[in-house]
Amino acid sequence: MLKVDVIEEGTVIDHIKAGKGQRVLEMLGIDENYPHRVAMVMNVPSKKEGKKDIVKIAGIHVTDEMANKIALVSSKATINIIKNSKVQNKYLVELPPELKGIGKCPNPNCVTNYSEAGDVKTGFEHYKEKYKCTFCERVFEAEELI
Amino acid sequence: MDIISARDLNKEQIEDILKSAEKMEKKIGTPMESGNVVATLFFEPSTRTKLSFQTAASRLGMKYIDFHTEFSSLKKGESFTDTIKNIDGYVDIIIMRHPKEGAARLAAEVAESPVVNGGDGGNQHPTQALLDLYTIKKTKGKIAGVNFNLVGDLKHARTMHSLLYFLSMFKANVKLISPKGLELDPELIDEVKEKFNAKVEISNELSVEGADVLYACRIQAERFADPYEAKRVQKEFSITAEHLKGAKDDLVIMHPLPKVKEIALEIDHTPYAKYFEQAWNGIPTRMAVLDYVLKH
Repeated sequence: MLKVDVIEEGTVIDHIKAGKGQRVLEMLGIDENYPHRVAMVMNVPSKKEGKKDIVKIAGIHVTDEMANKIALVSSKATINIIKNSKVQNKYLVELPPELKGIGKCPNPNCVTNYSEAGDVKTGFEHYKEKYKCTFCERVFEAEELI
Repeated sequence: MDIISARDLNKEQIEDILKSAEKMEKKIGTPMESGNVVATLFFEPSTRTKLSFQTAASRLGMKYIDFHTEFSSLKKGESFTDTIKNIDGYVDIIIMRHPKEGAARLAAEVAESPVVNGGDGGNQHPTQALLDLYTIKKTKGKIAGVNFNLVGDLKHARTMHSLLYFLSMFKANVKLISPKGLELDPELIDEVKEKFNAKVEISNELSVEGADVLYACRIQAERFADPYEAKRVQKEFSITAEHLKGAKDDLVIMHPLPKVKEIALEIDHTPYAKYFEQAWNGIPTRMAVLDYVLKH
């Protein structure tokens, strides 16, 4: 098992779907310009999922809105908020009941992908573990929207 | 209110519209007065939907304004939503057809006037399905328990999406018959089964067996990568007199039109063919729709 230093202030995101750790960092806007320590471990053995990714991010406490976005790529991820080197709060990400202005409709013929549409924000409603576009009414897996 | 999708209407609302259509049919020819103005915004070709909405508005004593994209400021780069916001200020109802799926929903978000969807890409065409229900009630006297064979390119036909939803709501029995690869969206089939406990069968073989209503739609040849395959499927799914040999005596054949090769010309002269009457039923039905959206 790889060892990664404990962080004093920040967030540990565990149980990320294997291979999606990098995508989670991108969604949080963390790139080479991020000033604090970031660790990502891929393909960690997991009893529940077989394997998983974990990210540790110093200097940031993930908000509910960020957690909702993470749920779109990995619906079973857990968020651990770290304060003074201790887990202050731990919770499972949740797929939000609706999304407005978050995500892109994968249907190329949807009006939200129409370059001349003008003032339009994408919209999705949670529908049987998936999402339905409120415009074209098609149903997609959550991770297809990101 | 807006009518954008079959999902926007419940059974009671549909029954109200169909009853109103009956009354409207009796009033055709009687002078009516109205101060309302309707805009027909058709961003892609239409014969029946556009002209029947314009006729319906005229029969109700309303005025209508028309819109031609090629002569509009869209050509100067004006956005779709800005165009809708402006026209919304001129009129009391907007009727719209657009090739993009969800365009009518977007128009309804930015417009204060009621918006009625006259077809959005391959998504929905709710007023076609309403006039279909009106036609079925006129010819069969009921919808519940009637056996429907819906035939053709069910994947891309917006009419079929709206119609299956309504037929399921009204407890009709539906058999979906399409060429392989052009089946109706399984999500929609699951939806109507769950919501309405609908009886839906699926087949890839053209048949009229057991059908009270055969509802055909065009095979969209332009969607095939292989033109030879398109021709083969068009031929295979063309309804001829031969197919009708085992048909019930009171079989009704419907089609949203335009029909191309999917119904042989010889069928037009049989008592089964009801598609021209069906198209005419667009007038009272759309009169009822215009009246309904203004009042609700």
